[in-house]
Amino acid sequence: MSVVEATAVKPAQKNRNERKLTIAKALNEAIAQEMRRDKNVFLMGEDIGILGAVWGYTGGLLAEFGEERVRDTPISETAFIGAAVGAANLGMRPIVELMFVDFYGVCMDAIYNLAAKSSYHSAGTFKAPMVLTTAVGGGYCDSTQHSQCLYATFAHLPGMKVVMPSNAYDAKGMMTSAIRDDNPVVFMMHKNLQGMGFLGTIQGAIVDVPEDSYTVPLGKANVVRDGTDVTIVGLGMTVHQGLEAAKTLEKEGVSAEVVDLRSLAPLDRDTVCRSVQKTGRLIVVDDDYLSYGVTAEIIATVTERDIKSLKCPPKRIAFPDIPIPFARPMEQHCLPNVRKIVAAARAMM
Amino acid sequence: MQPTPKQRLWMYEMMVKNRYNEARLSATYMEGKSPLFNMANGPLPGEMHLSDGQEPCAVGLGAHLTKDDYFACHHRSHAQALAKGVDLKRMTAEILGRKAGLSEGRAGHIHIFDYEVLFWSSGIIGQNMGPAVGAALARKMRGEAGIAIACIGEGGANQGGFHEAMNLAAVWKLPFICVIEDNQWAVSVPKSKSTAIASNADRAAAYGMPGERVISNDPDDIFAAVGRAVARARAGEGPSLLELQTVRLQGHFMGDPEVYRPKAEIAAKPEMDPIPRYRRKLIAAGVMTEIEADAIVARAHAEVDEAFAFARAAAEPAPEDAFDKVFV
Repeated sequence: MSVVEATAVKPAQKNRNERKLTIAKALNEAIAQEMRRDKNVFLMGEDIGILGAVWGYTGGLLAEFGEERVRDTPISETAFIGAAVGAANLGMRPIVELMFVDFYGVCMDAIYNLAAKSSYHSAGTFKAPMVLTTAVGGGYCDSTQHSQCLYATFAHLPGMKVVMPSNAYDAKGMMTSAIRDDNPVVFMMHKNLQGMGFLGTIQGAIVDVPEDSYTVPLGKANVVRDGTDVTIVGLGMTVHQGLEAAKTLEKEGVSAEVVDLRSLAPLDRDTVCRSVQKTGRLIVVDDDYLSYGVTAEIIATVTERDIKSLKCPPKRIAFPDIPIPFARPMEQHCLPNVRKIVAAARAMM
Repeated sequence: MQPTPKQRLWMYEMMVKNRYNEARLSATYMEGKSPLFNMANGPLPGEMHLSDGQEPCAVGLGAHLTKDDYFACHHRSHAQALAKGVDLKRMTAEILGRKAGLSEGRAGHIHIFDYEVLFWSSGIIGQNMGPAVGAALARKMRGEAGIAIACIGEGGANQGGFHEAMNLAAVWKLPFICVIEDNQWAVSVPKSKSTAIASNADRAAAYGMPGERVISNDPDDIFAAVGRAVARARAGEGPSLLELQTVRLQGHFMGDPEVYRPKAEIAAKPEMDPIPRYRRKLIAAGVMTEIEADAIVARAHAEVDEAFAFARAAAEPAPEDAFDKVFV
């Protein structure tokens, strides 16, 4: 297993006041602590300096670490993501910001051919320890090119880790792990969980975060609610929808277990299968496009390993295979939501 | 800046070594591919891009570089790899897909990776620009010795990423050199039909950096121009752009019938060959005698033969080795 896990530090939990942070603040703290700890860690990307990043997680870093280590770039994603690979090859640990995941189309070669294959086709000699941060998700009327998730697009391509926290505690620990990882990590931030002043935030994402540095291992799913009748699998925002649905179902006498994947690559198939063996029913919720995606991968995993663990056909709830429309009635109709999850669970009972 | 006699002899030897290496690769490549030519067959399958004719660019560069200089190269990289000091035995083993190869057989001829001398190559045109700029950034941030070079073809200068990387290198004043090997042909499209200006060196003005074009394909001239750019980078004065006109004596890849190339140009290939010309020049200048030149050739050939013997005797990787090194 990775170095990260071996050196995991348990935070001091006793004798301290609760401190609720947004994901943005938690990420900021993780990055600042790692930059103090390791001079090879630096930030590079669009609007991460004086603005503090569009997604609010780099505020104050310019003041503390200066322009050398907090580098605003021109709008040249191919160059600066490629540059991150070259710098990482020589031992730096860049954190690079891609802003919206939708923008990967202008620079995908640097991600999937350069970063993701650097280790493999050099037999591990040209390492690419870098974190690529990017925001995902819609639901706030940002239309076709600013609302996508594209989890499956990245998770499909070997050689990079692909992760997304659903709350601030995981965000800090996973970012610390990502920075210390010797492989490229695509670190996704869900806009509806991030804690931005200009956008609503699901309150469940804002949780107590220890001040001390700690790690949450990449590649480990988290059972965020125990249950016995149905397993609801999600990541990021859909975890919170699953938790809401579980509350409603509980009133109806249905006990739902909710699994937060946290990482798509590596994918913690064991935790998912263990849960389904217990509950016998499976609903996978994903705000990325439906076909060839996370929902299919999870269901294929469960059916390949032990189809007899399922008491009824599994159900997937995901964004349909259409571009994301602007107008609220159309977009909301297509997105996964609590109502759809509850209905799916009821139909299984 | 002129090369010393010792440097000139080194350049001659590296050129000869590359040319013989390409000849041996070519012969090995054709094994198992007749009467029916199929890229997938024989002991050396896949694509093969030979660098015959472009050796002066490689040696003019390599003479100035150390193992601390990060060099990201294009797909026609054999000459550049040898001049940068890549391990010839392990490179040959890699090209033949052996476990003893630089990447244990995972990469092949398009992807020559040798971390010991910080050299790598890739087949995506212009892809190497960003990483070389980033390597230059790392050197500058840490205050370390070492510069970074991206070497592309003239076709690569028309990639969008070229513009992005050149601007980034200039705005951050990095110890970076972009070298364009202009062999006049981007696969089958001549430069006159792909590039709006005659000299890509003129593009340097767009980034506020010096640009220089060398048209002779002569190692001494290239050595001098590279020397100016390297000195500037090592002194912390920022990036430079060099365009080196050269010649592609082979097709784009082995099996390319070159139907697009004018017959007169194909017929003129022997006169365009830079190696006999440089031999005559060094002998005329008294740098070496015919006998010394022959001794250099013999030594270079012996080294290549040794590398092939090593590679051909080396074991193939185990099938399940495919699953290693995806992550470090």
